[in-house]
Amino acid sequence: MMRRRQLLGTVAGLTAAGVAGVGTIPGAAAQSGTLRVASVGPMTGQYAAFGAQLRAGAEQAVADINAAGGVLGQQLALEIGDDACDPRQAVSVANQMASRQVKLIAGHFCSGSSIPASKVYAEEGVLQISPASTNPQYTDAGGWNTFRTCGRDDQQGQVAGAYIAKTYPGKKVAILHDNSAYGKGLADETKKSLNAAGTTETMYAAYTPGERDYSALVSRLKSSGVEIIYVGGYHTEAGLILRQAKEQGMPVTLIGGDALVTNEFWQIAGAAGEGTLMTFASDPRKRPSAAEVVQRFRAKNIDPEGYVLYTYAAVQIWADAAKKANSTDPKKVSDTLKSGGPWNSVLGPISFDRKGDVTVPDYVFYVWKNGSYGEV
Amino acid sequence: MAYALQQLINGVSLGMIYGLIAIGYTMVYGIIGMINFAHGDIFMVGAFLSLIGLLLITSGGMLDGTAAIILVLALSMVFTALYGWTVERVAYRPLRGSFRLAPLISAIGMSIVLQNYVQVAQGARVKPIEPVVQGGFTLMRDGSFAVQLSTMQILIITTTLAILAIFTWLVTRTPLGRAMRACEQDRRMASLLGIDTDRTISVTFVIGASLAAVAGTMYLLRYGVIDFYIGFLVGVKAFTAAVLGGIGSLPGAVLGGLLIGLIETFWSAYFSVQYKDVAAFSILILTLVFMPTGLLGRAEVEKV
Repeated sequence: MMRRRQLLGTVAGLTAAGVAGVGTIPGAAAQSGTLRVASVGPMTGQYAAFGAQLRAGAEQAVADINAAGGVLGQQLALEIGDDACDPRQAVSVANQMASRQVKLIAGHFCSGSSIPASKVYAEEGVLQISPASTNPQYTDAGGWNTFRTCGRDDQQGQVAGAYIAKTYPGKKVAILHDNSAYGKGLADETKKSLNAAGTTETMYAAYTPGERDYSALVSRLKSSGVEIIYVGGYHTEAGLILRQAKEQGMPVTLIGGDALVTNEFWQIAGAAGEGTLMTFASDPRKRPSAAEVVQRFRAKNIDPEGYVLYTYAAVQIWADAAKKANSTDPKKVSDTLKSGGPWNSVLGPISFDRKGDVTVPDYVFYVWKNGSYGEV
Repeated sequence: MAYALQQLINGVSLGMIYGLIAIGYTMVYGIIGMINFAHGDIFMVGAFLSLIGLLLITSGGMLDGTAAIILVLALSMVFTALYGWTVERVAYRPLRGSFRLAPLISAIGMSIVLQNYVQVAQGARVKPIEPVVQGGFTLMRDGSFAVQLSTMQILIITTTLAILAIFTWLVTRTPLGRAMRACEQDRRMASLLGIDTDRTISVTFVIGASLAAVAGTMYLLRYGVIDFYIGFLVGVKAFTAAVLGGIGSLPGAVLGGLLIGLIETFWSAYFSVQYKDVAAFSILILTLVFMPTGLLGRAEVEKV
């Protein structure tokens, strides 16, 4: 029964994708005067939950902008790309998007994908606003085309390291990461600020993402008497590590970054997830600037959790900048984005610095309780 | 000491799952001399089928506890066996007698078909379940370190051993097993002597697939998270286990699985966690350099 329902859902999904695709047939689109924008992220694979967030945000933003008359008299057509968080696939999707003359990429999700893809976009003249890639390298590389609506791992790591040192003095801390651009970057920044605050971690190690058995690692943590685990990595692995730690009777608190901000984390960790902490920007759903849009999402039965609103903002800010620049030329829009702020978005007013980072990032701590998360 | 014991428990329960899947590789290789690359994906299908079974049974509220798990296991074994049988019938049997690489390529194709089919039918996102089998025992304490043996680990180890005993009995003591061994030694001669070789090969695939289903169910219950891609990594490890133990040998497959599980676990326990796969595969290469047929494999005698 359940299988049939999922099959039906898939068929419906495919049909919907087909219909969406019709609006973006190359010749037709160019003639009817539409502008192509795209959202690229992990639409399949184990991080597909985040891809769905990016997609939901971009779809709603495009619909809202089109309803209000489009950009410079042209309607927007949304394309969805799937990089599965794989750097190689990200580059090939990036080439594909560039060849389709997409004006804006609201993506990618994983830093490991965003960084190589941004080089392709820079060469091909495509503007990229990532709603989620927090690795400093993404904008530090100095591309003219890279922006992000989220914060950076050095800011996130600073907050996390200082918090751990202050809240858990004298406890044994392990720092783990998955060797991805995002995970390792975050773990390193956290380690730096933790060490600066005078706490030295008991263990610093990498694990292989995509596996399911972390029991050996967990036993090792247990024998070192670790009480706090900081994970620079994604929710699947963090959830599994935590679940297996509780199975082995370890009273441990897990602390992670913004990649744990999905309900899937709780589904995986189960009751073991209780009390897990993570850094994320203060809940954008609760900001007055988002109230109206949040209602529109809720009416469609979508919870604008995690990165949904960040993706919405990426498209929204780009549209406003294009209007202000009176051009969709990516370089002109890029200059306008950097000089013309603050931009009023669902996230509130946002300004970009010369690198394309938001000027006022605000990381706060969230805690998982009873299957939902809230600010500490 | 306590730490090593804990890691031993971790390694054995991981190795048992590899071993169960490795049996499927080794049996098929034994009987038709072909690597069934789709076997890892049959395992994945088994895990999905048991997930569906589990959801049906628990949501219906018909049963709970042990009865539910046995029922899920049985359902998954039956349906996965059906997949195994179909794969053989559709992709391998028409190519029997063709050149050696043909079934290998169709096996890779079958693996992709199964993966994409599950991805489309079940969605690309991971499927988590709440822990079903909970609880465990504290075996011993060493200072603050408590050695835990979970009920799930006991379940995995006992189920694997029981199933292994049943199938060893099947292969060594029954007419069916005799037919399988005859096919393994010389298929043409076996068919001349009145053995239905096609049927025997089908049965081999059915057995291999139902063992993969057991592994899939255990995997689902133990880790609680599956997706359409799990067959690949686990399949590679299990295949390695089969080669390490000596491909074609049933006890070798389980031994190989155990060894891979233990090497991975103990390497992570005492050396670097991220290099455990490097360690496992290095040991595989070393073993094959000095024992080309694997640990328990027989050297192939060319019959004249």
